[in-house]
Amino acid sequence: MALLFRNTPTHYGWIAILLHWLIAVLFIGQFALGLAMVRISSQRTAFELIQWHKSFGFLLLGLVLVRIGWRLGNVRPTLPETVAPLERRAAPLVHALLYVVQLIVPLSGWALVSVSVLEVPSVPFDLFVMPNLPLGASDAAEAFWSVAHEWLAWVGIALAALHILAALRHRFLLRDSVFQRMIAPPSGDEPRE
Amino acid sequence: MSVRMLALLAALSLPVSTASADVSLGDAAGRYSIGTGGSSIRFSIAKLGGGGLSGAFGRFSGTIRIDGADVGRSSVEITIFPDSVGTGQGRIDAFLRSDAVFDSANAPQIVFRSTSVKRTGDTTAVIAGRLTARGKSSPEVFTARLDSLKRGTVAFHVTGKVLRSRYGMDVGTPIYSNVVDFDMTLIGRRG
Ligand code: HEM
Repeated sequence: MALLFRNTPTHYGWIAILLHWLIAVLFIGQFALGLAMVRISSQRTAFELIQWHKSFGFLLLGLVLVRIGWRLGNVRPTLPETVAPLERRAAPLVHALLYVVQLIVPLSGWALVSVSVLEVPSVPFDLFVMPNLPLGASDAAEAFWSVAHEWLAWVGIALAALHILAALRHRFLLRDSVFQRMIAPPSGDEPRE
Repeated sequence: MSVRMLALLAALSLPVSTASADVSLGDAAGRYSIGTGGSSIRFSIAKLGGGGLSGAFGRFSGTIRIDGADVGRSSVEITIFPDSVGTGQGRIDAFLRSDAVFDSANAPQIVFRSTSVKRTGDTTAVIAGRLTARGKSSPEVFTARLDSLKRGTVAFHVTGKVLRSRYGMDVGTPIYSNVVDFDMTLIGRRG
């Protein structure tokens, strides 16, 4: 039985599924970490959490780029016939917006550290020095990207919440195949539709 | 007035250059108090990718005792008030004062007391001692050079490297080096 790596016209392959869940966990985790690290009172812990947030942010950005590449090189599974017309149009729109925020939330974070007058280097997982984006550092630029990054993160998490509610609706109310196809592709011996 | 006398007066009134032939530790015997006027205690910490973080302490005080007969029996004591740290960036200063680094609210003083002074040249010495910060003491070594000596005032240039992890201040390593480079100009006035 061969593992299904690539998408098919009806199902997500393992790579798309793996990237979806890795990125989902990182995205939601980064949101929670981002909120916590700026509210914590210990400056030392705050500093360390911010470095973790930067490390996971770069990891997330890398995975998102891989995901977008994979998405462009794969067929997009069509929704089952049972899905209502409104959702047939809304789902791709929300997915597209989710791709946009997945990309620009980490990018705006990178911009933020790049323009910060504190000039704290970014060293993902203490492995290598990540260069800054070529943007001029200033207090004003730092204030701008700080607001932009936080605001975009909230937009992203709101979209994700909508998306999760829709997914759960498929799983528990509609009981169709939509939720299941992001869990696993059908295996050879138990065909699923 | 003899020529010798004139030469001596000239030597006393002119600022003495750093050329070691002009000044000697042995001639500087006495007790000096270190004040902030003219003195500076600067530090810098390298960071990954180049550049670094540098700053200075604005408030400190201390005493230098130079034994004329035996420079080896000289001693130094310095107290730094970490609350006075300045890097030119307010947020970094607040971070350094916080419990992440100096915890200056609970540990308002950083103290160095020499335990031995070894003369290494006419104007140079190696000073070993104990540095105490945030309740932790550790032996440290600094090198001192007597830069000038005139009218009861001594000027020393002191350098040394301190590992901040020994004082519970290792936050930010390895992005910011564990090694703190000190570069001080200490002006002591007799009395
Ligand atoms: C734990 C919560 C989540 C659940 C239960 C969930 C569930 C799903 C499901 C069932 C699909 C498949 C939809 C279809 O068949 O067309 C899907 C697709 C997708 N999800 Fe999620 N998801 C979650 C979190 C996230 C998060 C946080 C993000 C964004 C960072 C995200 C981004 C996406 C995107 C972009 C797609 C479309 C994939 C494509 O067609 O290329 N998901 N999700």
